[in-house]
Amino acid sequence: MKIGTPKEVINGEARVAMTPDSARQLQKLGYDCAIESGAGLLAGFSDEAYAEAGVEIIKTAAGLWKTADIIAKVRQPNEVELKRLNSKKTLISFFNPGGNEEGLELAKSKGASVVAMEMVPRISRAQKMDALSSMANIAGYRAVIEAGNNFGRFFTGQITAAGKVPPAKVLVVGAGVAGLAAIGTSTSLGAITLAFDVRPEVAEQVESMGAEFVYLDFEEDQADGASSGGYASVSSPEFREAQLAKFLELAPEVDIVITTALIPNREAPELWTEEMVAAMKPGSVIVDLAAEKGGNCKLTVMDEKIVTENGVTIIGYTDFPSRMAAQASMLYATNIRHMMTDLTPEKDGQVNHNMEDDVIRGATVTHAGEITFPPPPPKVQAIAAKPKEVTPELTPEQKRAEEVAAFKAQTKNQVTLLAVGGALLLAVGLVAPASFMQHFIVFVLSVFIGFQVIWGVAHSLHTPLMAVTNAISSIIILGALMQIGSGSFLVILLAALSVFMAGINIFGGFLVTRRMLAMFQKS
Amino acid sequence: MEYGFTTAAYVVAAVLFILSLGGLSGQESAKRAVWYGIAGMALAIFATLVGPGSGLWLLSILLIAGGGVIGYQLATRVQMTQMPELVAAMHSLVGLAAVFVGVIAHVELGRVMAMDADQKQALDGFAKLLAKKDSVEVAILRVELFLGIFIGAVTFTGSVVAYGKLAGRVTSAAVKLPGGHMLNAGAAAISLIALIWYFNSGGVVPLLLMTLAALFIGYHLIMGIGGADMPVVVSMLNSYSGWAAAAIGFSLGNDLLIVVGALVGSSGAILSYIMCKAMNRSFISVILGGFGGSTGPAMEVEGEQVAIDADGVAAALEEADSVIIIPGYGMAVAQAQQNVAELTRRLRAKGKNVRFAIHPVAGRLPGHMNVLLAEAKVPYDIVMEMDEINADFLETDVAIVIGSNDIVNPAAQEDPNSPIAGMPVLECWKAKQVFVSKRGQGTGYSGIENPLFFKDNTRMFYGDAKASLDQLLGMIQ
Repeated sequence: MKIGTPKEVINGEARVAMTPDSARQLQKLGYDCAIESGAGLLAGFSDEAYAEAGVEIIKTAAGLWKTADIIAKVRQPNEVELKRLNSKKTLISFFNPGGNEEGLELAKSKGASVVAMEMVPRISRAQKMDALSSMANIAGYRAVIEAGNNFGRFFTGQITAAGKVPPAKVLVVGAGVAGLAAIGTSTSLGAITLAFDVRPEVAEQVESMGAEFVYLDFEEDQADGASSGGYASVSSPEFREAQLAKFLELAPEVDIVITTALIPNREAPELWTEEMVAAMKPGSVIVDLAAEKGGNCKLTVMDEKIVTENGVTIIGYTDFPSRMAAQASMLYATNIRHMMTDLTPEKDGQVNHNMEDDVIRGATVTHAGEITFPPPPPKVQAIAAKPKEVTPELTPEQKRAEEVAAFKAQTKNQVTLLAVGGALLLAVGLVAPASFMQHFIVFVLSVFIGFQVIWGVAHSLHTPLMAVTNAISSIIILGALMQIGSGSFLVILLAALSVFMAGINIFGGFLVTRRMLAMFQKS
Repeated sequence: MEYGFTTAAYVVAAVLFILSLGGLSGQESAKRAVWYGIAGMALAIFATLVGPGSGLWLLSILLIAGGGVIGYQLATRVQMTQMPELVAAMHSLVGLAAVFVGVIAHVELGRVMAMDADQKQALDGFAKLLAKKDSVEVAILRVELFLGIFIGAVTFTGSVVAYGKLAGRVTSAAVKLPGGHMLNAGAAAISLIALIWYFNSGGVVPLLLMTLAALFIGYHLIMGIGGADMPVVVSMLNSYSGWAAAAIGFSLGNDLLIVVGALVGSSGAILSYIMCKAMNRSFISVILGGFGGSTGPAMEVEGEQVAIDADGVAAALEEADSVIIIPGYGMAVAQAQQNVAELTRRLRAKGKNVRFAIHPVAGRLPGHMNVLLAEAKVPYDIVMEMDEINADFLETDVAIVIGSNDIVNPAAQEDPNSPIAGMPVLECWKAKQVFVSKRGQGTGYSGIENPLFFKDNTRMFYGDAKASLDQLLGMIQ
């Protein structure tokens, strides 16, 4: 089958769904690859680079849609594109199925299978094809860069001969993938970074990225993120109030605010009010990553950069990934390639659209003339809810007490063993003759020495230990040697056999030990 | 004191043997230690020949030399993967020798007891020693030689069966005759009755009866233990061969025999203990064979096993900075240690940190993997024990599991109902990526599904370990 990627039709979209690298991988799955001439140009991939990777170059979009069995693209397809589908074709792209009913209907009427990349369930197995995450990662990074571009000062604090520069203070609202990427970028540029999220369980992640988590003075059992597929859910009015109060308090201090709060299939919540914007210092920058869904700040204008009356810049771009087209295309193409790997379990270049598979089922929005959106909830919970375990920290006194108790138990153990052993020895001594007792003492001491010595043997030398103990257990030969000359023919025969067998063992055992030990070498 | 020299030599020999075992605490000192052992043995034999050894020197030396030739051949020809078989086979010889020496002691005891005082005066050597004993001592002697024969006989058949299992001549599955442990218990009871009978009569019949019973116990006990428990079995038999020597030492009144027997016996016992602890199982449950019943249904394993080809593994290895290799019995079976070593050399040449993680019960003999890796010239200072390396998996890029299964099973920690729950395992799943080289989708020795194979960061690299590694070596230069 043939996988084809057309040029993106939306103006300003620079990304491309196939790169020469991903084409090579797709060919390993048994597919032929095709691309519309010039599709990768804006992302920095020339037609020649594709041709070198064995990709067929097709002059027109119409030709490509016609020959390809599977069409992989980035942006939601428009009506013209959808009309080119038929029941034998599969489309893989972003689709916005929640807000694109006409598109769904059209695809259904054409009978095509449509895989919507934003619908890939958030389970660990599907992470490699989670395009929302890979794009969000880029958006988070780029948001900080754009903010820096519009911010008139350094991120990092400096003390120079020309004066002291305070570090910038950055607040990141929403610690999802984009938020965490923004935190990472901001801290590595040297800014003091604060972060907030309605899910308190992400505080640890935030702190691991080097930012400070903003806690609210608020007591409520907050919804566990695991129950909503790892996304934030809508919070209660009281919680919201506490949050807004905290933000208002922070607004005059921060220089840069990056908001990333999105709730699936809803308008973006308003987090940064006009009042807060007014409270900010002139020259501050707000980057609203939720601009596409109405913005976390009501002043945001989608796809534009505005400056408020008090000199605050608000950036509402929605094309951050496209602004880094080379990187974004590489990641997106890899997401697509992983999706194809899952769709092609046999690696034979044939799509096996397995609707039993959680990931494929979740991402498919139309299939075989049916609309299959919304999908049933995935069977595997995204993030296992962890039972909260608290082991109380031991105080020094408790630790001391435990040590003493352990010492006492050990002493008691040893004393008991000694007493029992001694009593047993005495009991044996009462009945056994002195000649026996002499040997018995030797025996007990030897066992004792054996236990002391063997514990020190290195684990890696256990096989040589076995070989050497085997060799020295041939000491039994002494018994046979003592007896061999004494008495009848039977005695001589048995003793001779014993000497012979022990002889094999002595030589065999020691030699093989030598051989093994000689092999152990230090690097 | 006509044997004054002998006794002195014995003391020196005993010290040499202790130093020999103690020297095994490190790889370098071990190379010296084995010479202590050889010197001790030579001294002990020489002192016995010139001292209490009774005549027939020439015959004795010829026999030792003859045995030596065979031993030399065995030791130089054996492959390192066959070490477990060799050790088991050699244990059986010690067991049989102990039985013979015990029987001789019985025969001689009978002959000497039948003599009158004048004849006793004329005796020398071993018989003279027996003639000096009073009645209590004779009774004790009987118990001692009885025990020596019993332990020797169990060791003998047990080792023969263990040899058969390890060499693949007997099925390695746990096999029990109908009646199971009752048969063993019955045979043990017969032996006990025979002991009382022999203690009172000194006749040959109970001795013979006991010998047969002991031979049966050795056979049936080891038949009932599965292949993966062999490290415990072999070290246990090692221990038995020592106790047999010690028991014979008592009956012959020879202190060196007692000392060495006790050393070997305790060494084997400790090894068995270490092995059992590494499997989180009691010695008894290993000896009685099979795994204990679980207390509830095992956790369901979710997900799927994802295969990967040599290309993918090679690419991941190229990118990795730190690699940990976990070898198991599968590596020994496929004779893949040379390939593993070559891979290690190439990766190390690229400046990657490559180490090995060895579980105490990996393989069929304590320390089996270490010997195989040493044979393939893997430096021993990158071969780590479980406790040394378990914490490092978190910072490891790639873990490669070659032919091991139960020792890397996360169910031991995660599933309290698993039959291997609580067994310490190598936590390789904490590495960023895990590759499992494995022949097929089967379960391990314990028959438990391994959730490791279903983890998201695990990729299955199916195929014979040696062939797979050959493929991989072709791609990593």
